[in-house]
Amino acid sequence: MSWFSKTFSSSIGRKLLVAVTGLFLCSFLVVHLVGNLQLFKDDGGASFNIYSHFMATNPLIRTMEIVLLLGFLFHIYEALVLTRRNKSVRPVQYAYNRPQDNSNWSSRNMGLLGTVILVFLIIHLYNFFWRARFGEPNMIPIEGTEYDDLYSVVVQSFHLWWYVLIYVLGQIALGYHLYHGFSSAFHTLGLNHKKYTPGIQKFGAFFSIVVPAGFASMPLYFFIKDVVLS
Amino acid sequence: MAGNNPNSKPMNLTLKVWRQKNFQSAGKMETYQVKDISPEMSFLEMMDVLNEDLLRQGIDPVAFDHDCREGICGMCSLYINGRAHGPERGTTTCQLHMRKFSDGDTITIEPWRAGPFPVLKDLCVDRSAMDRIQQAGGYISVNTGGVPDANEIPIPKAIADKAFDAATCIQCGACVAACKNGSAMLFVSAKVSQLALLPQGKVERKTRVENMVAQMDKEGFGACTNIGSCAAECPVGISLENIAMLNREYINASFTSENV
Repeated sequence: MSWFSKTFSSSIGRKLLVAVTGLFLCSFLVVHLVGNLQLFKDDGGASFNIYSHFMATNPLIRTMEIVLLLGFLFHIYEALVLTRRNKSVRPVQYAYNRPQDNSNWSSRNMGLLGTVILVFLIIHLYNFFWRARFGEPNMIPIEGTEYDDLYSVVVQSFHLWWYVLIYVLGQIALGYHLYHGFSSAFHTLGLNHKKYTPGIQKFGAFFSIVVPAGFASMPLYFFIKDVVLS
Repeated sequence: MAGNNPNSKPMNLTLKVWRQKNFQSAGKMETYQVKDISPEMSFLEMMDVLNEDLLRQGIDPVAFDHDCREGICGMCSLYINGRAHGPERGTTTCQLHMRKFSDGDTITIEPWRAGPFPVLKDLCVDRSAMDRIQQAGGYISVNTGGVPDANEIPIPKAIADKAFDAATCIQCGACVAACKNGSAMLFVSAKVSQLALLPQGKVERKTRVENMVAQMDKEGFGACTNIGSCAAECPVGISLENIAMLNREYINASFTSENV
C-alpha cells in the first residue's frame, strides 16, 4: 500500500477527511445563509430572484457546486466507514451503561444527527434546487429582464405548517451537529493550544446557534407574517 | 467514628456480576447478596468478601484483576454501575470506597467491553493488545556508554510537566472501556506525547507514531470522535489535548517521514 492510501485508510486519516470536509461544509453554510438573507428584502422577491439566477448560471458557482457535492459525499462516506468500524468494536454491549455521566449527548449522536440533516437535505433539494434547475420556470419581468420566480415558490412553501416544522427540526439537528462538529474538527486536525482552543470552542458554540437560527428564521418569518398574523 | 457519618453503618448489597467460565464460553449476569459491608472497605475488598462467601457455598469465586491496590499499577478494571472504575472520577477501582454506595444498593459489575479486550474469565480481560501497541514504538533506543551529565540536555519546565502528565498513564484500559467507539487513542496519545515532547524521544518520533497507530488499527480499536468520555473516566486524568497532539504527530509523520 502506498504511503498515501495507508494514511487515508488509517483511523486518524479518515477522521482527518471528515474534519476537513466538515469545515468546508461550514463555509458553505455561511455563503448559503448570507445569500438567502435576500429573502427578507421587502421588494417582492426581486433581489432574491436575481440572486438565485446568478447562483444558477455563474460558471464559478456551478463549478463549486460539484466541489460541494464531493464535499458532502466524502464527509458522509468517511463518517459511515468510521461508524461501521466503531460499531463493530464492541460486539458485546454493557448490560448497564451511563455515558451521560461522562460526555454530552450531541457528541455521542453525530451519526443520528447527520442522518436527520441528510433527510432534511434531500427534502430541501427536491423542493427548491430540483425545481430551480429542472422544473417548469415561471418567468416574471424584473427591471426589464425575465427571471424565474423562485421567490414565490419559497414563500408559498413556507406557508405550509408541516413544511416549516421540517425546516425547524432540520435546523435543530444541524445546530447540535455543529455544536460538537465545529470545535471537534479543529481537534482532529491537531489544532489544540491553550491560547486559541477556548476561542475556537466559544466560536463553535456561537456558530452552532447563529447559523441554524438564521436558516430557521426564514420559514418562520414567512409563516408568522403571512399565515399567523393575517 | 460510628454515629456521625450516616454511611458508617455496615451495608447489605445486591451484586449483579458478569460470570463467564472461559474465553470460549458464553457468559451471563448472576445476582449475589453481600452482607455487613463496611463503608471503609475498598471496592476490591468488598469483592474479596463476596468471594469468601462464594467459596463457603462451594461456588467458583469471581475472577477479577488486581495487583497493587493503591492506584498505581493499572491492573484493576471493572465497569461498575455503567462507569469505568465506578462512579467516582479520577480513581481506580481499588481506590473506590464502599462509602460511595448506600445500604440496599444494587451494583452492576461488568468486565471492560471491547473486541480487542477478550474476556478470559468473569471480569478478567486480555489487555495485551495495549502491550503490542507499546512494543510497536512506545520506547526510545539508547546506546549504552558513559553516564551523560544530568544537565546536558536542558528541558523547559512546562514541557517536562506536560511529558510527565502524559507519562502518568497506567495503561489500565478505562479509556477504551468508556469510549462509545472502543477507541484506544487516549492511551496511544499519552505514550506518543510523552516521548515526542522530550529530546530523547524526538529521534524516533515519526516512525514511532506511524507504527503505533498502525498497530492500534490492526488490533481493531475504534476511531476517536472527540466525545471525551475517555478523559472523563481516566483515573490519572490524561488530557484530551494528547489526542490532538497524536493527530498532529501522525499527520506530520505521514507527510514528512522517510517511510514511503
